[in-house]
Amino acid sequence: MAKKTSDPSSTDIDMTPMIDMTFQLITFFMFVMNFSEAEQDDRIQLPMSRLAKPVDGPVEKPITLQLTSKGSVIYAGELIGLRDVSGYLEREKSVMIDAGKEPNTATVIVRADGAAKTGEVQDIIKICQEKGFEKFALRAKYDEGR
Amino acid sequence: MARKKSQLSDKIDINMTPMIDVVFQLMSFFMCSLKIVAPEGDFDIRMPLGKSASAVVDDQQVPPIRVKLSAQPDGSLAGIAMNGNPVADFNDLQRKVVSLVGKGRGPDSLADKTEVEMDCDYGLKYANVVRAITAVSGTVQDGQIVELIKKIKFTPPKAGK
Repeated sequence: MAKKTSDPSSTDIDMTPMIDMTFQLITFFMFVMNFSEAEQDDRIQLPMSRLAKPVDGPVEKPITLQLTSKGSVIYAGELIGLRDVSGYLEREKSVMIDAGKEPNTATVIVRADGAAKTGEVQDIIKICQEKGFEKFALRAKYDEGR
Repeated sequence: MARKKSQLSDKIDINMTPMIDVVFQLMSFFMCSLKIVAPEGDFDIRMPLGKSASAVVDDQQVPPIRVKLSAQPDGSLAGIAMNGNPVADFNDLQRKVVSLVGKGRGPDSLADKTEVEMDCDYGLKYANVVRAITAVSGTVQDGQIVELIKKIKFTPPKAGK
């Protein structure tokens, strides 16, 4: 009887390796997780390019405009029409001027779908130009193949 | 004595369960919030208003290369032309650009001064433009990017069809 009661205490599992491993995993996932708001959207299928190597640092004061294949624009996660872009940009511009910065120092990142019309991309660029933005970055997915 | 010994050998049992619970919660949180980000890169274009219209040949005296991309009604690529001459494909375009600007690279080379002006049909699929920009802006040799032309601009969009 006495032997029986001592049995469950002796079957204690050594937790140390499991906890070690779990902490390792947590640290791994913590480092891999990126907090940077990489504005990627499933609605956009970026065109591929071999030269589109990822940039080292983040772009200074970027404004991201995403153009879907249907010709609408995603701005700050919201689907808006091509014509409404101007109003949003005006707001961006006034925010920049309030902060004492010129709009031409900002970069407009254009993430356009590969199937979007070039003319619409150019329309976006033109709208931005009218608001005083002049640095553009056409974003493409890095193609490692070949 | 006997009592002391038994006290020493008694393991202080920490209750691991809450810690393991929390640790697993944390792990599942980080696992679920993991977002695999595809590597992306940019093509930088500087296009101030006013200069884009009629290619202002500035002090560099290097005429721009005009690349015309025409589209079929469905948006696919119909043809490429460089300075008015038809070009077979994007590889051919790259070859012609290389033959035009030469092999020299560097801050004062011809490739650095030359500008490419893209003239695209309104309905053309944007992927073709990126392919053309890729063709003129550089090559990949042994995993290294060899830059060709950095200055790229667009002609103003024509009225949408």
